[in-house]
Amino acid sequence: MKPIEIEKVQQMLDNYLDKEVYIHLETTNGAYANHLDANAYTVGAYIRNTKVTYKQAKIIGDGSSYRVGLKMELGWIYAEGLTDWTIYQENQLLLAGHDREGRLMVALEISETPFQQ
Amino acid sequence: MEKHVVVIFPHPDDEAFGAAGSVAKFRAEGVPVTYLCGTLGQMGRNMGNPTFANRESLPEIRKKELKQACATLDMELKMLGYRDKTIEFEDKQEVADHLRGYLEEIKPSLVITHYPGYAVHPDHNSLGAAAIQAVEDMNPEERPKIWAQAFSNGHEEALGAPDIKHDIHDYFDKKLQTILSHDSQVAGMFGWYKQLDDLDEEVKKELIENQAIERFYLWEFDKNDEK
Repeated sequence: MKPIEIEKVQQMLDNYLDKEVYIHLETTNGAYANHLDANAYTVGAYIRNTKVTYKQAKIIGDGSSYRVGLKMELGWIYAEGLTDWTIYQENQLLLAGHDREGRLMVALEISETPFQQ
Repeated sequence: MEKHVVVIFPHPDDEAFGAAGSVAKFRAEGVPVTYLCGTLGQMGRNMGNPTFANRESLPEIRKKELKQACATLDMELKMLGYRDKTIEFEDKQEVADHLRGYLEEIKPSLVITHYPGYAVHPDHNSLGAAAIQAVEDMNPEERPKIWAQAFSNGHEEALGAPDIKHDIHDYFDKKLQTILSHDSQVAGMFGWYKQLDDLDEEVKKELIENQAIERFYLWEFDKNDEK
């Protein structure tokens, strides 16, 4: 992946407007967070291949870390801490936030076809 | 001497950190070893350092790394096809039956797996529990021994000292090579293993000592029944 280029990502987000798309949304601090540091909490969540349609999308950030909000008819999809992006297999927009050791902390992915199970 | 050893862990790299030295030792003695690897570690957060994988490319990359690691150890590989982080939500008996199918075919004398409840990651605990269930469901005369690996904080207070302390100093290079096969995962503190030669002798010694004794508990069905 490469550092987020905001105009290009905005353009990709707009490409999916009003279409049925599949979402992968995830955040994690690792299965070993509490094992490695008793004061830390092991926290994570993901949802994969959820079919949604959004009618408005924005990416906003300060040049290093970004937020994305997707407005749906009945609610929102939100991710914070995104740093990198790529287009994977031509039609999948992958956005992720990595820590300084390259570990994934958050991911938001959008595709017109289901992600591999 | 063992007849055949089956290693049952959920993630590509569990075999490297947990048992690569023991596997190398068994192979050097001519004992066949088969790895039943539960998942492809699809949800791992390490993407290489610097990153070269992403969430979608990670499974294929880890599959290649796993094959490389097994080739390094000259260990047969069977991939079980579960999804990372989800094993505890599968039907335990179904997973146990799946594993028992392999065990009845391979007829190992020893199974190495994680100690349920004391192996930190939910996949470790649940696949370990299913593996033990699989052995328990076998005909008692055909049951292999089980070595269960525990490493949660405080496990020795709860379980006592491990029964088996395998000194694998002689196979450390092989173990290191196996660990480094998992290039996408060797980050954080394990990243130091990539540059052992450049490290201070003391640090290097400590890193080696951390990995040079592999510890296991011998599972006893009567004693462990309620766990």
